Amino acid sequence: MTRAEAHRHEEAERPLALINARLLDPASGRDEPGGLLIEQGRISALGPELRRNAPEGARVIDCAGHVLAPGLIDMQVATGEPGNEHRETLATASRAAAAGGVTTMVTMPNTEPVMDDVALIDFVLRRARDTAVVHVHPMAALTPGLEGEGIAEIGLLKAAGAIAFTNGAKSVANARVMRRLLEYAKDFDALVVHHTEDPDLAAGGVMNEGAVASRLGLAGIPRAAETITLERDIRLVALTGGRYHAAVLTCAESLAVIRAAKKAGLPVSCGTSINHATLNENDVRPYRTFFKLRPPLRSETDRAAVVAGIADGTIDVIVSAHDPQDVEVKRRPFEEAAFGAIGLETLLPAALRLYHAGDIDLLRLLAAMTINPARLLGLEAGRLAEGAPADLIVLDLDAPWVVDPALLKSRSKNTPFDEARMQGRVLRTFVSGREVYRHNGGDERGLVGGQEGEHDGGDDEVHAGGKGPT
Amino acid sequence: MSATPQASEFSFPHRHLLSAEDLSRDEIVGLLDLAEASARQSRQVDKKTDTLRGRTQINLFFEPSTRTQSSFELAGKRLGADVMNMSVKASSVAKGETLIDTAMTLNAMRPDILVVRHHAAGAVELLAQKIDCSVVNAGDGSHQHPTQALLDALTIRRNKGRIEGLTIAICGDIRHSRVARSNIALLGTLGAHLRIVAPSTLLPPEADSLGAEVATNMRDGLRGADVIMMLRLQFERMSGAYVPSTREYFHFFGLDQEKLGWAKPDALIMHPGPMNRGVEIQSSVADAPRSVIREQVEMGVAVRMAVLSALARHLPNA
Repeated sequence: MTRAEAHRHEEAERPLALINARLLDPASGRDEPGGLLIEQGRISALGPELRRNAPEGARVIDCAGHVLAPGLIDMQVATGEPGNEHRETLATASRAAAAGGVTTMVTMPNTEPVMDDVALIDFVLRRARDTAVVHVHPMAALTPGLEGEGIAEIGLLKAAGAIAFTNGAKSVANARVMRRLLEYAKDFDALVVHHTEDPDLAAGGVMNEGAVASRLGLAGIPRAAETITLERDIRLVALTGGRYHAAVLTCAESLAVIRAAKKAGLPVSCGTSINHATLNENDVRPYRTFFKLRPPLRSETDRAAVVAGIADGTIDVIVSAHDPQDVEVKRRPFEEAAFGAIGLETLLPAALRLYHAGDIDLLRLLAAMTINPARLLGLEAGRLAEGAPADLIVLDLDAPWVVDPALLKSRSKNTPFDEARMQGRVLRTFVSGREVYRHNGGDERGLVGGQEGEHDGGDDEVHAGGKGPT
Repeated sequence: MSATPQASEFSFPHRHLLSAEDLSRDEIVGLLDLAEASARQSRQVDKKTDTLRGRTQINLFFEPSTRTQSSFELAGKRLGADVMNMSVKASSVAKGETLIDTAMTLNAMRPDILVVRHHAAGAVELLAQKIDCSVVNAGDGSHQHPTQALLDALTIRRNKGRIEGLTIAICGDIRHSRVARSNIALLGTLGAHLRIVAPSTLLPPEADSLGAEVATNMRDGLRGADVIMMLRLQFERMSGAYVPSTREYFHFFGLDQEKLGWAKPDALIMHPGPMNRGVEIQSSVADAPRSVIREQVEMGVAVRMAVLSALARHLPNA
């Protein structure tokens, strides 16, 4: 152990007090001035009594009255590792996550090779442990090779650490297969996360079906493609009792289906993406491929329905749907360009638009990115509570800034929020009590480092790589 | 009937044996007692009697079978019958009318007993309606295989001394298993406490209506079991359609030494055969001293002799 390492180790052992904060915990509804104490990577105390006074011997960080909230859990993150590391690695994605306040990434199985084998789950967990600065929980393939035909080794994959099961961006078209998947997953209490899009109805489509697509001369994907598959799935949930989560819903019709299913007491939940809550099909004009998403951006009416769905709790989860694509596959005619947008770093600032607009209560908004996914996935993170992991963010709700893709940490720059004005940003991010990101923080006691550190811009990534959490 | 009937004199008012559900407790016990006598007979140098002398038994198998067909053949021969085996390739026989045509053709040959196996549930019953002789169901689709249940019951009774009150776990592909359905009916009639253990995809829908406790994991399913009955998992059902893979199935549902520890220490290990070693049962478990798999085969002949003799009572001029 070098002296610097010894020093770092010693520092990490000391309690850390975050004082003078606005404690915001969606799990308990807590919203009050106070402070929080971190020991051994976990929250050991919190409350108003810690607002001014840190225990003796503790390191102290003054939050200057900013929000102290649980770190975000992003339920849909694609990286390029393994197979497309030129787009994104677990390491680069994790640094984007840290900068965006995301302390847990749930990764997608549509890698190369596909995550349908225990050895691959093990690979991702080990790579994440060695290179990522935030927690990584891989989802495994629901069907072998994501081909939608058989049942993946759900029991063994779950035992290896797969947190949930999904067929990526492909729906399971065969109802009999889907029924068996839900039946089988139920025995292992495994969560099935499904992209709901009828492949035949959506075939050839590149954006939302409607007036805009017609004018642009582009083939559309109708809302019904989403709703038909969702309705089928809900009936299969009723038949089997399997736990089901619709990954990204985008229209009012789908939300009506979810409301009815929840009312019937079915084990059903759903998510949407930050893109579908803050953008619409008009943004696609004129053929902007960074807005080419799957499912597609819908109309403004649908977007408003999605926002209302988050506000009333119909939608449980907001994801970034982070999907890094390099310029080669994006700088193409719209029809030929790849789907997908990055989003880890802009998830929270974009979500805050909904808060600033007065559409959604702050606690409800944060719940969709913290405690709700935590409960669905069985994670102990996502809450401010004694004993919970110290995965935390310090958040300036009001700081204005403009998104500069060049400064984003992600290896791919396909953001739909290019040059977008944001209000609110993450100041510090802690994972298991260790600071992994600080905005404009400068060099704190030699803690800056890492194997792949890119020190572009004014931000610091601290402890990048090496001995991150898993 | 005397007050203390001989093994061969219990009441058995059936012309056919089509389903284990048709048998009363006394009939089952009578058949088992008779089978005990047949087992003794089969261990003698001269194994033959003339119970079925002059009778014709046709084994009509629409589905390939080694042990059941040879077991019925041996049983018939030991009782003195003339036994003819007919194996009909399923693919060469169209459904419906052709099956009945086959029945009429056979009927014209004037057999006394027809032993039938068919891949379609209910096919044996359909034949029985169209034919004049006694019919024994040697397995119809996923429906029934009553002589298997009888031989399992006999094997258990010989090893445990009783069946009533025993906890019997039937594990594996319950959904497609005629062995499971027959055993649930027959062992249930005898007062056993039955459990079926399988992943949900291999349980029939509304499995809890079958009369057995349902478990979807082996730990719950084997807890306190006196008897573990492993079922064969057909390979085409393992490759993704019902369960993900052989290795996952074996990991969670294959009977190995560890899972065996969840049952009672003296639990019997049974399997109707043929076994997939390493898929539903570990080799060392299949060959363990507690395994009675080979005894099951021996009792198969004895039970089939008992069934044939009991049915012979109702043959014309008997």
